[in-house]
Amino acid sequence: MLFDIRRILGGLFAVYGVILVVAGLLDGAEEIAKAEGVRINLWTGAGMLVLAAVFLLWERLRPKDVPDPSDESSGDA
Amino acid sequence: MLALAPQDLRLDVNALDHLILALYFAVVVGIGFAARRAIRSSSDFFLAGRALPAWITGLAFVSANLGAIEILGMAANGAQYGLMTVHYYWIGAIPAMVFLGVVMMPFYYRSKVHSVPEFLRRRFNPATQLFNAIAFAVAQVLIAGINLYALALVMEALLGWPLWVSVIVSAAIVLAYITLGGLSSAIYNEVMQFFVIIAGLVPVVVLGLIRVGGFEGLGRKVRESVLGEGGLHTWSTTASTDNPLGASWIGIVFGLGFVLSFGYWTTNFAEVQRGLSARNTNAARLTPIVAAYPKLLIPVVTVIPGLVALVLFSNLGKEGGPAYNYAIPLLMNEFLPNGVLGVAVTGLLASFMAGMAANVSGFNTVFTYDIWKGHVDGGRPDEFYVRLGRLATIGGVVAGIGTAFIAAGFSNIMNYLQALFAFFNAPLFATFIIGLFWKRMTPWAGFWGIIAGTLAAFAVYIPYRAGVFDLGTDLNASFVAAGAAFAVDAVVSVVITLVTTPKPEEELRGLVYGLTDVDLKDDSLAGDRAWYRSPVILGSGALVLAAGLYLPFL
Repeated sequence: MLFDIRRILGGLFAVYGVILVVAGLLDGAEEIAKAEGVRINLWTGAGMLVLAAVFLLWERLRPKDVPDPSDESSGDA
Repeated sequence: MLALAPQDLRLDVNALDHLILALYFAVVVGIGFAARRAIRSSSDFFLAGRALPAWITGLAFVSANLGAIEILGMAANGAQYGLMTVHYYWIGAIPAMVFLGVVMMPFYYRSKVHSVPEFLRRRFNPATQLFNAIAFAVAQVLIAGINLYALALVMEALLGWPLWVSVIVSAAIVLAYITLGGLSSAIYNEVMQFFVIIAGLVPVVVLGLIRVGGFEGLGRKVRESVLGEGGLHTWSTTASTDNPLGASWIGIVFGLGFVLSFGYWTTNFAEVQRGLSARNTNAARLTPIVAAYPKLLIPVVTVIPGLVALVLFSNLGKEGGPAYNYAIPLLMNEFLPNGVLGVAVTGLLASFMAGMAANVSGFNTVFTYDIWKGHVDGGRPDEFYVRLGRLATIGGVVAGIGTAFIAAGFSNIMNYLQALFAFFNAPLFATFIIGLFWKRMTPWAGFWGIIAGTLAAFAVYIPYRAGVFDLGTDLNASFVAAGAAFAVDAVVSVVITLVTTPKPEEELRGLVYGLTDVDLKDDSLAGDRAWYRSPVILGSGALVLAAGLYLPFL
């Protein structure tokens, strides 16, 4: 079985989320005005952190991609 | 309203945006290296070991179709044709995707074939396989090249990268991760691309809607635009062809919804391959059905930005103004500060690569199994074919680069070719559907049906392009060409069947409806019986949703 894609998705969006949240906190008046008065970096970053958390939690709660661990067919790790 | 000159397309990217882009490339190639360790046999390389759950293959299925040509093109259609563009997503995709999952996928998956051409060999004969394999392989390389050229054009306009830099860099990345990790690498990357593309587009949609005053404001402004009231309806204006799309409901239902859509979604190997990599029959059937749900909602991030761009930029699509295709990049430039802008650029690049990777991974499989193993040299050990698959990937990408540079010189010809491929699958669908339900259909009927159908499509489309006869709009021309291909294929298949010998029933077990293969054991997993894993229930849900989504926009 291959590595778990959920961990990669969680990792990538966690990093992106942190980058965007920091960028959003540092955004000046010009950036905010460009985005119609919305701190778009902050909001998008927060959304990505939530997405990352969902993937990482999902992987923790259901470690294998199979519904029932007892009937996993392939024996290789 | 703002008037824009073409040079305004250049985005104001900085180091932060480049960091986001670079991180993405690093993860893409990293997935390739990680996937490489899991490859021990040709089945691992070409079918991802047949071990993936439905949510992964399903998202890869939708992502393989979510190339940037698709995203930019559908936003352009949104600006040009208004809400009628949703026909491409709803009636023009969902029924066919559900049909593939519920009816056809069990035959593909349970016959254990590697590819669509291989299925044709089993159901018909090696000649049918070879014809379809060569046509598919050539088409994939050309489409990959067209994709690459489009990518380079967009990157040149947005970031100022020279054409050849974009072509070489993106081809090298796609080459690296598919040569290393095969189909699993392509599929994992497609899943990641899906989320990055959506993450990049959602901010554009939200800020665009805020600017135009929400859905209500957008509706009012579209009414006042060149599109007028017609831009806000999907069906009520289709009694005649007097609507933005220039198509009647007959054309939309039968041309787009039946012939074009079923042809593309049910027989296009670059899509079907995602289902073949699933872990069991149920997951394979769920693949296109899981994909149907995001597909229902993608117009939110394509058609809406198209409409927003239409009402914001007065000279979009006009003489001297930016082309409709630049609707989304224009909005990115207008609204996104650095940071989110980098995510959106990454999403666009990711979608270009997703499209190309799907072409290349389809190509290497068909070349290795259906052309080389099937018709040149079939007796080698398994490792030989993995190596050949890697070489075919390199060959396919290099040929794609060549096509990209040819496209740069002859972009008109490429446009026509691309239009041709849009209905390339229509005759194939006729052959499949007859062959699946009529066990009498003979091997040579399969062969001559596809040839005659393909020739019929060319016979209608090329004279239309040359101006010999008039079929109204390009869209109508593709409906007529696909319809002709479908009808000619069906008639030829029936006539040839009546004068040739059918295959014995024993050889058709598992390949024809009603002739089950008793030796195949049930491969369902515990939990597959749950209602939320039932292809029929989820498929019906997607159909009901598609119909329901039309209601506010009749």
